[in-house]
Amino acid sequence: MAGRRAPHLRAGRIDPGEALRGAASRKGGAVALFLGTVRDNGKAGKVRSIEYEAYAAMAEKVLARTEAEVRRRWPGTAGVRILHRVGRVRVGEVSVAIAVSSPHRAEAFEACRFAIEAIKHDAPIWKRERLAGGKDVWVGGVPIGSAREGGGR
Amino acid sequence: MAVRVRVLYFGTAREAVGRREEELYLDGAPSVGDLVALSLRSHAALRAIASSMRLAVNEELAGEDERLADGDVVAFLPPVAGG
Repeated sequence: MAGRRAPHLRAGRIDPGEALRGAASRKGGAVALFLGTVRDNGKAGKVRSIEYEAYAAMAEKVLARTEAEVRRRWPGTAGVRILHRVGRVRVGEVSVAIAVSSPHRAEAFEACRFAIEAIKHDAPIWKRERLAGGKDVWVGGVPIGSAREGGGR
Repeated sequence: MAVRVRVLYFGTAREAVGRREEELYLDGAPSVGDLVALSLRSHAALRAIASSMRLAVNEELAGEDERLADGDVVAFLPPVAGG
């Protein structure tokens, strides 16, 4: 994968159009786009921004593998592209973008859902909320590589 | 004869240790578990959260029994929260 495409991890603002263009294919009849965005509230209170930290070398591999896994599980997949932010992401900004192009809508939706769940369980990425009061809190996660519900679709 | 391992700490592990990485040296044919034990000896704050960590060797998840070779990179991975 290395060198073949631009990286999955981005320190700057994500353009959802880039994910769409990365998944675009003439074989596709349906494109599903998932965007994760930073919301203004968390368990600990009002959120200003989220700081994403990644084990970049490993996360790049995992995200490339997730794209490959989508193609393996849905062999008709026409295109798939995942982008994920690192560093400070403000409320309303995109933290992750997933585009899947498939012959039909059912596979596009399913594969997109699969990809976001896989990212949440398998990618070595962490986040810390910066609260309105200036305090920072780590967001609790799941053990990396742990089984996920509905992953078998 | 010592095996040199580069150790990476992320998230809460990085905060507990107070740095992003370090080099540790182990004798014999060390396992991931030996490396973890050595790290915990010098980082008291890491002990409280160690049970929630998983380990990676050279960017792949690894069990405690996996053997380490000179130049390996071991990472402490707290529970993840991407997306």
